Amino acid sequence: MRPVEIKKDIFWVGAVDWSTIDFHGYSLARKGTTYNAYLVKDEKITLFDTVKAPFCEEFIETIAQVVDPAKIDYIVANHLEPDHAGCLARLVELVKPEKIFVSPMGKRSLEAHFHPQGWPVEEMKTGSTLSLGKRTVTFIETRMLHWPDSMSSYLAEDKLLITNDAFGQNLATTERFADEIDRSKLRAAMSAYYGNIVLPYSSVVEKTLAAIQGMNLDIDMLAPDHGLIFRGEADVRYAIETYLEFAAQKPKNRALVVYDTMWHSTEKMAFAVVDGLMDEGVSARAMHLKSFHQSDVMTELMYCGALAVGSPTLNNGILPGIAGLLTYMKGLRPQNKVAAAFGSFGWSGECVNILKNLLTDMNFEVVEPQVKVKHVPDKDVLAQCVELGRTLGRALKAKL
Amino acid sequence: MAQDRYVCTICGYTYDPKQGDPDGGIKPGTEFKDLPEDWTCPVCGASKDQFEKEG
Ligand SMILES: [Fe+2]
Ligand SMILES: [Fe+2]
Ligand SMILES: [Zn+2]
Repeated sequence: MRPVEIKKDIFWVGAVDWSTIDFHGYSLARKGTTYNAYLVKDEKITLFDTVKAPFCEEFIETIAQVVDPAKIDYIVANHLEPDHAGCLARLVELVKPEKIFVSPMGKRSLEAHFHPQGWPVEEMKTGSTLSLGKRTVTFIETRMLHWPDSMSSYLAEDKLLITNDAFGQNLATTERFADEIDRSKLRAAMSAYYGNIVLPYSSVVEKTLAAIQGMNLDIDMLAPDHGLIFRGEADVRYAIETYLEFAAQKPKNRALVVYDTMWHSTEKMAFAVVDGLMDEGVSARAMHLKSFHQSDVMTELMYCGALAVGSPTLNNGILPGIAGLLTYMKGLRPQNKVAAAFGSFGWSGECVNILKNLLTDMNFEVVEPQVKVKHVPDKDVLAQCVELGRTLGRALKAKL
Repeated sequence: MAQDRYVCTICGYTYDPKQGDPDGGIKPGTEFKDLPEDWTCPVCGASKDQFEKEG
């Protein structure tokens, strides 16, 4: 891939992954992604992050278009997850760096990943500085954005903040800057990334951004390790404001009705719930879980203040797909949602109670009563589902 | 009254007895040592033994 000079003597030297859709084993990156790494040519030639292992040789060739990789002096590993540190061992062997810089938690992470022998690792706490010659790097620990080891690197002379996974988007493009693509596509990619990776740490996002603002750093470029770079003060502000908006999770007048179904009874109920939401003037979307991935559901939930979940009873439980979805959702800790449960059954009908308990466990405000039906809903049951949608819609509007 | 603050060594969250952990069902005024043994860090989920006294 062609390197791109993003600031004088600072080069994007990452890899574009056009075809990996499975992102980290739990979410889908339907438009591919990039693993961004940044090379700084100064008295000390410094590489910030690497790329995922399958791209190592390509990565080394990309670096070689800027500088002989053997001449790299310093490597900074802002985060040890293998999409960014996947070529670290290969690079250490090739480059024999004078120093490898990581956060204090990064040191533990690096040891547990690589079990290194004699690597020249140095810990950088928040506020630690490193002179590269003409410029100085200040390190900022950004724990839980999104791992304990996560760190950002600030290059004051260049007004550049390298943010690692924060502000990332899964978009495989030839463009390197956010201002080169359509804004609605950018925002959609930011919300999908946030909703599936950053969401559980929203309170940390708020605290960390406030702390960074408190440091009064002059920033005119935010360079994440996935997707596009935010250049210019307006786009830096856009990225930060978008993150603060996502972190706040203010309820929106929109509902998600997600369901799975065996013989279409629960599906019919789902559509009746949608009708009830419409009656209350709430925009709604129904998602059949067999047609959508759990990460698509979480992305949609980013736009919704209400969630209705439907599952039939299967062998005294709920359908495994819905159980999996709710496990995934719980870990991502969405806030400020109202919720409803419905489903059909053959003989025992545990589904709605199980759903209610799982939703309550996530601190969702669950509206009553749940609706369940033996085998096939008739007009009366569908009317109850419409009413459930209306109740949910009213509960949502009370929170707006 | 000690009111010592404890810091999560994984994520940096600080448990402040003055605030407690209302979302985790812990009332303000609860000393760290009095937290249930199965209490976990509200940010990262680390167990109680991963905390160190601040200072
Ligand atoms: Fe990561
Ligand atoms: Fe990443
Ligand atoms: Zn913690």
